[in-house]
Amino acid sequence: MTTTQAEENNKRVPLMKTIRENRVAQGLLLISPANIYLFLLMVLPLLLVVVLSFLSRGTYGDVVFKFNPSNYTRLLDPIYGRILFYSLEVGIETTVLCILIGYPLAYYIARAPARQRSLLLFLILVPFWTNFIIRIYAWIMILRAGGFLDDVLQWAHITQGSLNLLYTPTAVMIGMIYEFLPFMILPLYSSLEKIEFSLLEAAADLGAPPWKVFLRVTLPLSVPGIIAGTILVFIPALGMFVIPDLMGGAKTILIGNVIRNQFLTARDWPFGAAASMILMVLTMVFTLYYTRKAGFGEDLLV
Amino acid sequence: MKIYRFVTLIALMVMLLSACSAPTPEPTSVPSPVPPAVSTPVPASTSASTTATATTVATLKAPTSKSLNLYAWSDYVPQQLLDDFTAKYGIKVNYDTYSSNEEMLAKLQAGASGYDVSIPSDYAVDIMIKQGMLEKIDLSQIPNFANLDKRFTNQYYDPGNNYSVPYQWGTTALVYDKKKVPFEPKSWADLWDPRFKGRLVLLDDEREVTGVALQVLGFDKNSTDPQQLKQAEQKLVDLKPNILLFNSDDPETSIITGEAWAGLVYNGNATLAYREDPNVAYICPTEGCGLWFDNLVIPKDAPHADAAMAFLNFVLDSKESILITKEFPYSNPNAAALDQFKAADPADYSAYMAFPGTNPSDDFLAHTVAVHDVGDATKIYDQLWTDFKGQ
Amino acid sequence: MSEKKPPIWLRIYTIIAYLYIYIPILILIIFSFNTMKLNIRWEGFTLSWYSVLFRDQDIIQATQNTLIIAIISTLVATLVGTLAALAMQRYRFPGYAASETLMYIPIVIPEVVMGISLLVFFVMIHFTLGLVTITLAHIAFNIPFVTLVVRARLHGYDNAIDEAAMDLGANEMKTFWRVTLPTILPGVLSGAMLALTLSLDDYVITYFTAGPGSTTLPLRVFSMVRFMVTPEVNALSTLWVLTVFVVLLIGQIVQSRNS
Repeated sequence: MTTTQAEENNKRVPLMKTIRENRVAQGLLLISPANIYLFLLMVLPLLLVVVLSFLSRGTYGDVVFKFNPSNYTRLLDPIYGRILFYSLEVGIETTVLCILIGYPLAYYIARAPARQRSLLLFLILVPFWTNFIIRIYAWIMILRAGGFLDDVLQWAHITQGSLNLLYTPTAVMIGMIYEFLPFMILPLYSSLEKIEFSLLEAAADLGAPPWKVFLRVTLPLSVPGIIAGTILVFIPALGMFVIPDLMGGAKTILIGNVIRNQFLTARDWPFGAAASMILMVLTMVFTLYYTRKAGFGEDLLV
Repeated sequence: MKIYRFVTLIALMVMLLSACSAPTPEPTSVPSPVPPAVSTPVPASTSASTTATATTVATLKAPTSKSLNLYAWSDYVPQQLLDDFTAKYGIKVNYDTYSSNEEMLAKLQAGASGYDVSIPSDYAVDIMIKQGMLEKIDLSQIPNFANLDKRFTNQYYDPGNNYSVPYQWGTTALVYDKKKVPFEPKSWADLWDPRFKGRLVLLDDEREVTGVALQVLGFDKNSTDPQQLKQAEQKLVDLKPNILLFNSDDPETSIITGEAWAGLVYNGNATLAYREDPNVAYICPTEGCGLWFDNLVIPKDAPHADAAMAFLNFVLDSKESILITKEFPYSNPNAAALDQFKAADPADYSAYMAFPGTNPSDDFLAHTVAVHDVGDATKIYDQLWTDFKGQ
Repeated sequence: MSEKKPPIWLRIYTIIAYLYIYIPILILIIFSFNTMKLNIRWEGFTLSWYSVLFRDQDIIQATQNTLIIAIISTLVATLVGTLAALAMQRYRFPGYAASETLMYIPIVIPEVVMGISLLVFFVMIHFTLGLVTITLAHIAFNIPFVTLVVRARLHGYDNAIDEAAMDLGANEMKTFWRVTLPTILPGVLSGAMLALTLSLDDYVITYFTAGPGSTTLPLRVFSMVRFMVTPEVNALSTLWVLTVFVVLLIGQIVQSRNS
């Protein structure tokens, strides 16, 4: 360690040398672009939202500078609790299904020959470079009564009448998984690809059956990917309402709807700001707790 | 590395492709064929327009701006109309879009500026005026205003048309498929019939839907009474089993495919459905139905106000206004344009006049009640809607 | 790298999964040739929507804007995000917890809130709304996604390799370029692709931070939904997808020629 030297030559040591030798400085340097950028473009606007959440709604939907803590107390109404619960349900279901469906796919790609991997990943993403609305409309065409799916199943004599899938919770889930799958597959792949497959072969050679190799070696090593994927899916899924609206017939109301309505239909921005703050705090707590608990982020080099 | 090459290649190719497909580069200045002092003669008075407005022949100020920022729904202003405008004045039109009045309001209220013309609906104009978000309009500079059917000017939200001129209008009422529905519905209350189980499509609009419930109960559509609203909510909860879906974007689709048999829709939706299926009927139920107006306005601090004024006048020109009716299924408040339409396209004109979606009868209109902004009571409506949907 | 082939059930599963992903796209492509304007059911074959597309200046301009914003925001966010991921996985520094919290804000904040607060912010500092503001907003929400994906990759990274390289005489920069970066590259690319995807399709945040004349494709299409989404948009999506496939195909051919 060159601490003594650095201390000695403190004043005369050029900046680059200090940075090169000081790990704290290195870390700070690396994180600073993100920090500065996000501070300017996220924290400052966010402060506006916090202030907004304590103001009042004017008669015509404008914002009046009158202190109003009732925006927060209004959220204690059981209506909102019910909505939060239902949103959590949808979010969790989407996330779990994405993990179950996406994992084998990510695994396949991670183990494909190196040349094929990027291609396979690209192939997953390319459909998502089409327009979101068009993709949902395509699904609506497929799932509606008398739509593509019904036609195919009836032609193959698998079903008789219509499945009437559209505008049901099942249709919503099909759509949600479809939209969020890449968000799960990419981090999973990122994590799985890293695994030395010679390790797995070694384990197999030592007599472990494939399922044991998976459970004891592969799965634990892919946990960071699962965690990253969960965050990338669960949290946006919580706030997602477009798919439940379009494919579920807008018969349900989720947190995302509530917040959007406050800013648009009800034009009660202070209330919308308060609801957003609560949602953000909840999800932030969840994220930090979850990542720390699962060990993600504690793997630091000292 | 090879991956980098892929990514760069793709990016380049797609950029190139999109650049190449643009037929002409954006014109910086289109040669203006219009001489400086323009005076548009007042169009010959037609049978429909009654008392002309105060101005007769006026000397209009020629616009000096070279561009106009239009902010409206996509596909609401015919491209031909915009092209004609550019050809006449040498003004390029930038057509930015929003997908709801509320989004437009939210953005402008938050302080966004730079737009010259927008096309909000009635209640939105009401709010914008009250919040001082609009420029005043000097009607003497819009002689084509005389083309309008006087029934549609001077509305509650802008008496005297100081801030807006009507663009298109329509109704919100009951649509049903005559072949599918086992009886002939006459009132909103009919929708609660168990035979409609899972067969209704409703607009995803808290005011319109709650308004229907209020009217069925015999209350005012714009009621702010909490007790009445509570009852309306309960009535809506009773309707839930019949509702197949809420949809404000394309409710006609489910009628056309036959998934839904009836519902609450805009006249435009009903007309589109009718054009696909002549069995579609559109009526104003006995309790009442809705009415809407979309209007041209000039947001405050518009950078090209002169171009905006010219545009407003241009849109009201009878020949240009026909283009709107030909392309879109709404009702046109421009009487002069309709007269020209009758002369130029008698077959299409008859179709327009025959269907209540485009041409509601006087009796139909007599039963319309527009949605008004309810100020502070908006919160109650929202809470009610949230509760209703959450059940 | 394993030479063993994956089990048959996995291969079948993968095929079915790709079908699930691609069937809507096929439907989308097929219906770009539909004569019915409302595009509800198939009525007949036509190429007319493609010619409408090529003459539609607004859509073309919107597409260009969308691409420019997507590419720039992806590049910047990938760079910044990768650096941040490295910082968070390998270093300890004061303010670590705060940095992590800061990083998650764009993920946990509802889009409407982010959009409106950014709009008010830009208006307050008198920053004209336009392509720049949209890009700035996109970078902001892309950074955390890239960071998260790269962190997943870095987790458990064996620094012994780095140390070995340095022991062999490479300095830090060289170690990074020749050893670290290639190893985390799949993660970086995944993050970049994710950012690109997010940016291409963003509606809410883009809506609020856009200015006159800076419309993007999602803005136009979402607005069309209120009236009718004609097959023209299907045509655009089809062209997009086909272009990417052609490029990929060329890339594959080139690659197999090289090796």
